[in-house]
Amino acid sequence: MKPINPILGVIAFQFAALSLLAFGGANTVIPEMHRLAVERRHWMSDTDFVALFALSQAAPGPNFLISTLVGWKVAGLAGALVATLAMCGPTCLLAYLLAKVWERYKHTRWRKAFAAGLSPVAVGMGAATFWLLARAADTGVILIAVAGVSAIAVLFTRLNPVVILVLAAVLGVIGTL
Amino acid sequence: MPDLADPVSPSSPALFRAFLEMGLSGFGGVLPFARRTLVERRGWLSAEDFNETLALCQSLPGPNIVNMSVVVGARFEGWRGALAAFAGLVIAPFCIVVLLASLWGRLALTREAQGAMRYLAAAATGLAGATLAKMIRPILTQTPLSGVLIMGPAFAAVALLQLPLAWVMAVAAPISVGLAWIRER
Repeated sequence: MKPINPILGVIAFQFAALSLLAFGGANTVIPEMHRLAVERRHWMSDTDFVALFALSQAAPGPNFLISTLVGWKVAGLAGALVATLAMCGPTCLLAYLLAKVWERYKHTRWRKAFAAGLSPVAVGMGAATFWLLARAADTGVILIAVAGVSAIAVLFTRLNPVVILVLAAVLGVIGTL
Repeated sequence: MPDLADPVSPSSPALFRAFLEMGLSGFGGVLPFARRTLVERRGWLSAEDFNETLALCQSLPGPNIVNMSVVVGARFEGWRGALAAFAGLVIAPFCIVVLLASLWGRLALTREAQGAMRYLAAAATGLAGATLAKMIRPILTQTPLSGVLIMGPAFAAVALLQLPLAWVMAVAAPISVGLAWIRER
């Protein structure tokens, strides 16, 4: 029998800890993840990390995928699996327990106050995350136009967003020819 | 808008399929697709429900949309629903990103691929902006004054002053919930 690689335990512990710090979403702990993978554990070089980040952005799906890739780089498929589950498991359990309470007290005054009160805070912080991501994005007249047209298309038509994304990618390929 | 009288309660397989679809389409963030699927297309959540559920999930640590899959799944089908929605959301992106990573050297350095990625990122930013606008709308129509008074400073604290999210949450949430508590009377 093959012994279980001890590094998997390290990955599980480190990513579970990271996930519990990730208030506001997985993006907020990316700097911390960088420090962990590059500086503290020397799992990879700086360039490797940036490449993995770009890859995780290029794939569809939730933004925790960078942790999947860090796990993959360190310990292959098993590492990817462990990192993903560690990043999602603890907070999912929390969300599950809270969801039950949330539903049970649906019609009470404090639950209504909580829901109505948390909404604008969450949307304000969501706007901030959007602002920071948009500022970090590439600029240029054409790219801003692409973003603007996409936003308008989503707001005022019932076009499937995937169609918009595919059209943009095709435009991007044409632009380099 | 299908948020009408007849509330639909999805089964676990339906939850799995819906979240699978969201995970697969969610380039540059799943949120726009989550809102479109849950609110606009399937009508499982009203616009207010969606904002409230998202708010609950954002007040927890961890990937918001993953938390949301668990909360929405649990709401309709208990732990089975939570598991189904979570698995649906995560499984395809996991496989794709690992596959991409294995192909990385050959694929991603071509000029065409880089061009496609830049435009894709720009379009995804546009989608995220539009989703944000849709989320702001119900707040501004229902509680315009306290909405602006809370959203504005929360935005400024995180975006302009770059304060940690946990702090902003710790200060803004009690004030906002308190205001809502008074209003609910």
